[in-house]
Amino acid sequence: MSLVGLASYLVFFLTLAGIYALMAQGLNVQWGYAGMLNVGVAAFFAIGAYTSAILTTGASDGHLGGFGLPWPLGFIAAMAVAGLLGLGIGIVTLKLRSDYLAIASIGIAEIVRLVLKNEEWLTGGVRGIAGIPRPLDGLIAGQNALLLLALIVALILVVHWALERAHRSPWGRVLRGIRDNETAARAMGKDSLVYRMQAFVMGCAIMGLAGAAYAHFVGFISPEAFDPVFATFIVWVMLIAGGSGNNKGAILGAVVIWAVWSGTQFLTGHFPAQYQTQAGALRVLMIGVLLQVILIFRPEGLLPEKPPAPIWRKE
Amino acid sequence: MIEILQLLLYGTLLGSIIALGAVGVTLTFGILGFANFAHGDLMAFGAYVCFLLYTQLAMPFWLGLVAAVPATILLAVVVDRVLYRRFRASRPIISLISSFGAALIIRSSIQIIWGPGTWLYSSKLVMAQRFEGIRYKPDQLLIIAATIVVVIALHLFLQRTRVGKAMRAMADNATLARLSGIDTERVILWTWVIGGGLAALAGVFLAMDTRLQPEMGWFLLLACFAAAILGGIGKPMGAIAGGYIIGMMMELSTLVLPAEYSPVVPFAIMVLLLLVRPTGLFAGRST
Repeated sequence: MSLVGLASYLVFFLTLAGIYALMAQGLNVQWGYAGMLNVGVAAFFAIGAYTSAILTTGASDGHLGGFGLPWPLGFIAAMAVAGLLGLGIGIVTLKLRSDYLAIASIGIAEIVRLVLKNEEWLTGGVRGIAGIPRPLDGLIAGQNALLLLALIVALILVVHWALERAHRSPWGRVLRGIRDNETAARAMGKDSLVYRMQAFVMGCAIMGLAGAAYAHFVGFISPEAFDPVFATFIVWVMLIAGGSGNNKGAILGAVVIWAVWSGTQFLTGHFPAQYQTQAGALRVLMIGVLLQVILIFRPEGLLPEKPPAPIWRKE
Repeated sequence: MIEILQLLLYGTLLGSIIALGAVGVTLTFGILGFANFAHGDLMAFGAYVCFLLYTQLAMPFWLGLVAAVPATILLAVVVDRVLYRRFRASRPIISLISSFGAALIIRSSIQIIWGPGTWLYSSKLVMAQRFEGIRYKPDQLLIIAATIVVVIALHLFLQRTRVGKAMRAMADNATLARLSGIDTERVILWTWVIGGGLAALAGVFLAMDTRLQPEMGWFLLLACFAAAILGGIGKPMGAIAGGYIIGMMMELSTLVLPAEYSPVVPFAIMVLLLLVRPTGLFAGRST
């Protein structure tokens, strides 16, 4: 591979890793901060991607559209719609044990998948949505890919800053309290349902943001891009590998696991053509085994959760 | 009228399969304390073991069916020994995450061994017969009858044997059961024997009625969870009743909903139930 090719692959790799990092950050609010088990990450991601795609593309006979809104509005709407869906799920399941949330969230993932596939008037069905505008294109001639990467890095940093603040704040402390001992937190007069709902909706909105970023990165989305099981699973592996409850861990985990996942492609890329479908399954199997190894030998992840340092305020 | 009776027959058929799967889900949830996301893939594994012996090695069908049961039990016990047992001391929720990974490991192993495509047990075309205008196949009646026999046997096992009583006690209150001197590891072993064995039957029946594909069990998992919650967690007979209700509702829903959306039905029933009566119809445990 030439140096230019290598550089452009690196940008491509980091952009996708960055999108996964956003998802892992969203999941960290839910699982890391509050101990809520969302197995429908891909659904919120897909909702975000489709919301922004529908709002920002031009008119088309294939799907709902023609709004042609600027991309920042698409991103905000993606967060809002994914957050609203999270609110609905939360109302049903958050007062129950987290197993029920896990079960309900695979149901939501399934419904979202069916709607994307069957409601052609809305989503274009299996033909998907094409021609999604790329943000910042042409701002600096010839640097479109790099600009998009910069945008995604900026989003990660903003989300990271906000989550770190939330982690240090009384709000974050109450969430950890609820996660570790709900009875005690309730005895202190904290309404655990409200706190959990806020964290859940916030996480879903961040996943929606990641979806919007993805849609505008690839320019074309279809239901096949959102394998509900695997997309969700790999985000879980990223967060647990990086360190649940640690925001830097979530970002690190996303980059490391995405590198491992991409690396396995080089490994199986040498398989003869007739074994390529098997090779795909073998890659999934390796990630599955990796998760078990992490859970058994290093459940706290690469960067374990740390209680936040106190804030020193100027008088 | 004929159409409704026809759907009720299909509903009983689908309900039988869901019921057999839901027993394992409710037992693991009640006794081990976590929702086992790999249960659907245990079903698929059982179906493929039967496929290996019956279709690929041309052995008699009953041998394939009988061999699928111990093979699936063995897989369930091995997964428990290698993975879930390590997380028993910590929170059960870690077992749930681990089972999510186990589900993908089993499913991709099936894909590697048998390929991602669909298979049939037998390419022989069996014509549907008619009774008063209702279409049925002999296989379908066999599945329904076999399920009834299995359910009666399960009921007797849970009511009459010491192990069965211990299992019910532990599903009801694990701490109390341990305090009264029940050997919990032995009960857990039996949980996998019953859950895995019935999962294998459910998988083979599902493959007889439809066809084999690696995701077949995963697609049915949500229905099994819904049935287990409907029947009350930890109550095997409740899960069986829940399975039949979910199966009937899924088939009857095609009267008013496009057929593509029938997988949504178990979810809708579950959401309604969680809002109104989270302990299930027969007052199981909710927390």
